[in-house]
Amino acid sequence: MGLELKNLYDGFRDADTIKAYAKIIAADAQKLPHPINIMEVCGGHTHTIMKYGVLQLLPSNIHFVHGPGCPVCIMPKERIDHAYVLSMQENVILVTLGDMIKVPGSNGSLQDARAKGADVRFVYSPLDCLKIAQENPDKTVIFFAIGFETTTPMTAALLDTVIRQDVKNILLHVNHVTVPEPMRALISDEACIIDAFLGPSHVSVISGSKIYEEFPRDWHKPVVVSGFEPVDVMQSISMIVKQFIENRCELEVEYKRAVTREGNLKAQALNDKYFHNVDFRWRGLGDIPQSGMGLRSEYDRYNAEKIYDAILPKEEINDHKLCICGDILKGKASPPQCSIFGTACKPTSPVGSCMVSSEGACSAYYKYGNLV
Amino acid sequence: MCLSIPSKVVKIDPETNTATVDTMGVQRTAGLDLMEEGSVAIGDYVLLHIGFIMNKIDEEDALESLKVYREILDAMDAHERLAAIEESENCPNGGV
Repeated sequence: MGLELKNLYDGFRDADTIKAYAKIIAADAQKLPHPINIMEVCGGHTHTIMKYGVLQLLPSNIHFVHGPGCPVCIMPKERIDHAYVLSMQENVILVTLGDMIKVPGSNGSLQDARAKGADVRFVYSPLDCLKIAQENPDKTVIFFAIGFETTTPMTAALLDTVIRQDVKNILLHVNHVTVPEPMRALISDEACIIDAFLGPSHVSVISGSKIYEEFPRDWHKPVVVSGFEPVDVMQSISMIVKQFIENRCELEVEYKRAVTREGNLKAQALNDKYFHNVDFRWRGLGDIPQSGMGLRSEYDRYNAEKIYDAILPKEEINDHKLCICGDILKGKASPPQCSIFGTACKPTSPVGSCMVSSEGACSAYYKYGNLV
Repeated sequence: MCLSIPSKVVKIDPETNTATVDTMGVQRTAGLDLMEEGSVAIGDYVLLHIGFIMNKIDEEDALESLKVYREILDAMDAHERLAAIEESENCPNGGV
């Protein structure tokens, strides 16, 4: 049989295969030496797990801890305030990806800025900046770049084109973050309950599975890199369970059709050319050293953060005191245990990071958990 | 955010370094900036992320996974058929 495009969708969402894996997992789980807590690092997996009711298919000794892998959720208010202030400048067009529309900063969201007259545009691709810049030669286009390793090379490709074509009116405000650093920060916490990781899909496509090798080796935490479809997730859970019952601790790749050990080397080279690791403050988790990607100093002339330094707010903003997103991300609490979940904190008016985007744990529970 | 759409390459334009891809009937243009020159061909399955092709999907690995799933389902069917037979044989009203 040859592969057809629809196989790549239907084959990995097949209800019978999901149920078959549920049976395999249930049988294997009886042999588990102790209950296990699996962290799905990536918000895309959180969404799949809630949307397809994966938790309801699992036996009572397998638990999930929903990780920090949603770039919108973890964006601290300080950075959103930067975007807001930049958008309010005369002759500035602030461009970002659609995910950022509703995220509230101290003064409101970018949607609010737009309502007040700011020129804020939400685009599908960073490349859309080129057209906007061309059509508005008298204005400065600032791309507010967000995302994990998956999305960083696309920002690098934009800058590469800007430099090659000598585009004069595009600047970047860079908020890219990386996956291994928060994983390490979480398991360094003594109270951490995570036993194993479900590794992100498309971060791994770019960076390769090699970035997780330290976790089984140095931290004794198995990692299975999983695809985003529900069958992928069920198969990966099954692989993790088998590691525990066979007393193995390894890095395995379930998502073999897309992930190699080395990843996309061209994309990695583009990232290295333009970015380097910098400290970053995560909403919900706080400061994590070297967990962000910042523009290298030789590209300061494209760096909106440098150019507009004088007007950008510097004050650190703490998370809301009733919000327990930090504990949720560490697996110490689940969304329904939060006193403001579904009441003061909802997807339409999020207080904490995990309610901000549909990939956040609280938002996914609100939408699919049938809890409110 | 990191979601990506499996698509099939239907056209390549070396001049703009872009490809036209089919995503379940919808055609769109995608940048090839992240792919080595000449590594993407018409008919390839690729993953698309915010306007760029970010890698090729390995056809053999995808087929292998689908084959494994088929085998699991077949094995389970066989197991369930056997269980059903056993159950009917043990049934006190069997054969009545």
